[in-house]
Amino acid sequence: MSNKISETLTFECETGNYHTFCPISCVAWLYQKIEDSFFLVVGTKTCGYFLQNALGVMIFAEPRYAMAELEEGDISAQLNDYKELKRLCLQIKKDRNPSVIIWIGTCTTEIIKMDLEGMAPKLENELGIPIVVARANGLDYAFTQGEDTVLAAMAHRCPEQNTLLDNKKVIQQDSTIQDFFSFLSLEKKEETRNNSSIKSKKHPPLVLFGSLPSTVASQLSSELKRQSVQVSGWLPAQRYTDLPSLGDQVYVCGVNPFLSRTATTLMRRRKCKLIGAPFPIGPDGTRAWIEKICSVFNIKTKDLEQREQQIWENLKDYLDLVRGKSVFFMGDNLLEISLARFLIRCGMIVYEIGIPYLDKRYQAAELLFLQNTCKSMGIPMPRIVEKPDNYNQIQRMRELQPDLAITGMAHANPLEARGINTKWSVEFTFAQIHGFTNARDVLELVTRPLRRNNNLENLGWNDLTKKEKQIKFN
Amino acid sequence: MKLAYWMYAGPAHIGTLRVASSFKNVHAIMHAPLGDDYFNVMRSMLERERDFTPVTASIVDRHVLARGSQEKVVDNINRKDKEERPDLIVLTPTCTSSILQEDLQNFVDRASTTSNSDVILADVNHYRVNELQAADRTLEQVVRYYLEKARRQGTLDQSLTKEPSANIIGIFTLGFHNQHDCRELKRLLQDLNIKVNKVIPEGGSVKDLQSLPKAWFNLVPYREIGLMTAIYLEKNFGMPYVSITPMGIVDTAECIRQIQKHVNNLIPNKKVDYEPYIDQQTRFVSQAAWFSRSIDCQNLTGKKAVVFGDATHAASITRILAREMGIRVSCTGTYCKHDTEWFKEQVQGFCDEILITDDHTEVGDMIARIEPSAIFGTQMERHIGKRLDIPCGVISSPVHIQNFPLGYRPFLGYEGTNQIADLIYNSFTLGMEDHLLEIFGGHDTKEVITKSLSTDTDLTWNYESQLELNKIPGFVRGKIKRNTEKFARQNNITTITVEIMYAAKEALSA
Repeated sequence: MSNKISETLTFECETGNYHTFCPISCVAWLYQKIEDSFFLVVGTKTCGYFLQNALGVMIFAEPRYAMAELEEGDISAQLNDYKELKRLCLQIKKDRNPSVIIWIGTCTTEIIKMDLEGMAPKLENELGIPIVVARANGLDYAFTQGEDTVLAAMAHRCPEQNTLLDNKKVIQQDSTIQDFFSFLSLEKKEETRNNSSIKSKKHPPLVLFGSLPSTVASQLSSELKRQSVQVSGWLPAQRYTDLPSLGDQVYVCGVNPFLSRTATTLMRRRKCKLIGAPFPIGPDGTRAWIEKICSVFNIKTKDLEQREQQIWENLKDYLDLVRGKSVFFMGDNLLEISLARFLIRCGMIVYEIGIPYLDKRYQAAELLFLQNTCKSMGIPMPRIVEKPDNYNQIQRMRELQPDLAITGMAHANPLEARGINTKWSVEFTFAQIHGFTNARDVLELVTRPLRRNNNLENLGWNDLTKKEKQIKFN
Repeated sequence: MKLAYWMYAGPAHIGTLRVASSFKNVHAIMHAPLGDDYFNVMRSMLERERDFTPVTASIVDRHVLARGSQEKVVDNINRKDKEERPDLIVLTPTCTSSILQEDLQNFVDRASTTSNSDVILADVNHYRVNELQAADRTLEQVVRYYLEKARRQGTLDQSLTKEPSANIIGIFTLGFHNQHDCRELKRLLQDLNIKVNKVIPEGGSVKDLQSLPKAWFNLVPYREIGLMTAIYLEKNFGMPYVSITPMGIVDTAECIRQIQKHVNNLIPNKKVDYEPYIDQQTRFVSQAAWFSRSIDCQNLTGKKAVVFGDATHAASITRILAREMGIRVSCTGTYCKHDTEWFKEQVQGFCDEILITDDHTEVGDMIARIEPSAIFGTQMERHIGKRLDIPCGVISSPVHIQNFPLGYRPFLGYEGTNQIADLIYNSFTLGMEDHLLEIFGGHDTKEVITKSLSTDTDLTWNYESQLELNKIPGFVRGKIKRNTEKFARQNNITTITVEIMYAAKEALSA
């Protein structure tokens, strides 16, 4: 399969001089997702400064995360790491009493080779609180990959699926979880109970992985339920104490493109069966995702095509805006392939897909889907640039003059000043973009600069820079 | 190790980057892992900068960890040299490079043989200095580098300008209202018939640094950044400097008098006299002097305020509140711990107590304990104020995007006095409005009765007493609650009833 792709999709690799968020930023959404957790970032002032500035006002809501700020004595090993961490974790336990403490290792702990993995089990015993270690550092990872490292570490903590349990018990468990989600999606309880008793017996347990806001998680669960697929658990769950059970009977499927380590861990260490599917971003992606899961379970989908069609029809006003427009992804959060595929299906032309890191195996289905989408839309294949070089990209953008650049905040204002519409890529990470229901939100984001600038177009001040000494922009 | 949620001053490399990117055509290369270029986001977002921030990273990744940077840093410097042709490239160490202990100076030496740009290594240690100290050092380092270079090349012209002139040192990117202050200082100097020789680093070119000694004196508006440069210039070129921050009417006048002294030292025959100018500005151009006399300001007499910020702003605002407006400063403080002595000396006699800390929870607890009518602090104090229902005027970094206003808002000079008067007055008025709303049974429906940050109370309020407490106007509610609880504790009472409240009131007024 990978041969077939490389014939048509071109992959390049540049210098890796690009702007992205540090992977420790994952604490921002994960501490909100996992309600009983506490994230302790073991790093320096640099890490702290990034967190406090990048997460803006969230810091004032008494967050369940903090820095263990390393001082000179820690670096030169004058202080004992174990004792220091114990002191801080005792204080956290006293103040917050979390169900789990997650240590986020940073560049500094890597360089000074602080043995977090070694200390955690010892301290865990002393404190009586689970301590999960994730090395989400800028030496190895970019932005959303931080979540990947945390979930991979958490995968080890999921309980073992007890194969001795008889089916009945499994069903019971499933239906309680289902009830929980159906409550969230505000459906009538009785109805679901009836449904569940009919449907929940056929397929082996399915666990989805990837952190999503609880409403989005329940939306996806209920989409699957329409196809008689039960979701038996999520990694991560709303609470650490509710982590799903895993084992060799369990099927797993990812909801985000940046979770390749988690996928590997689930397969290799927990012996789960991975369903490789495109990701449920955009109505096309959501349908393909559901279809793939159903096909693995030998379930015939019903009304799925109509459902997708309906969503596309609802998007008509936005599609008119984006059709024929060109996009340039500078690349910083690994959602790029899926977003590009969706935008191509919307009728846009994608010049370049920058991406920090591309796991061609984990994203295989998504890549194939991208390729097919290009073919069916009659649009040239975009170039995929791994580890992009922002400077070179900006030169390319000067030539291509895309209608929209999806880029980090470091480049957004300078590009706008040069007359290029931009959308901050970070928003795609924090917005709800998964499933049928949220397709509109993706386009809402994509079209916002286009809509705003439609209003300003005729005022005559699109280029707002003083004459540049180098290459002229237009 | 320190458990930290928030910090007032950033890490050292931020200071270096702020100085480097304030100069024109200077490029900074950070020796840092992926994701540490967050400075670019801040500059692009907070300053709404139109140009690409001239900061890139020479990425430290796994390979660098294993084998060292080898050619990477040199290549990156040479590459940037070709791409942007900057005058100067500043190699910037970060916390990561501090512990890797690679010989960055060696990279710099090698790169400077091949690149057309000058290349220097910023001399800052992540674990020893903070953002402000690093900025101060880097500015001095750049100035020293170019003056010594000019001296070696024999191009250094030390003759003074014909007319009196000054350098303004310490205006730069992401500084609190720096752009506006700079404009106001230029105007002030212009009024005094003093030419501005150079403003550094903002918008200055490093090529022009060699003409710094042509000025008659240096003006250093902010305590934190620029002083090292001014001291260097005094030591090596005999240039006097004025470091009195012209913030508030009294200090602005004092600053002008200092300037007068230096100017008169250099023109012995034709003395300048700025006193008439000071008088004119104070009484009629600036509105602040009149304002402090007006009955509006009378209402502020004796009101309690708390001040916190960097050393310059906190000290100046404290003195303005106490000396120029008759407001009682219950506590003033700064997070510039390295400048404690200077700060204490500056605010001596203008406040009840002094707090030197960089722990925001200490500041929060102090505010909760004092319950001032208004706070003047950083964005952090604004948030504390929100939580405690106390208005706050932001007077110092760290700040958010709303503290980079598009309109003209200097803190320095005579226009600055007007801006500060507005800020102070508006903060208190908001408190007054709130108070009136309470008195006339406004829209207060909230049940919240605890005001302190710590919730470690062992006393319970019964339903009626809670209702009663809620009837009390917000601005005194906290105090009454505290007094009642104090009374209850003294008398070993655990449940507070309406009767206890009255008893406490009687006991205290008796």
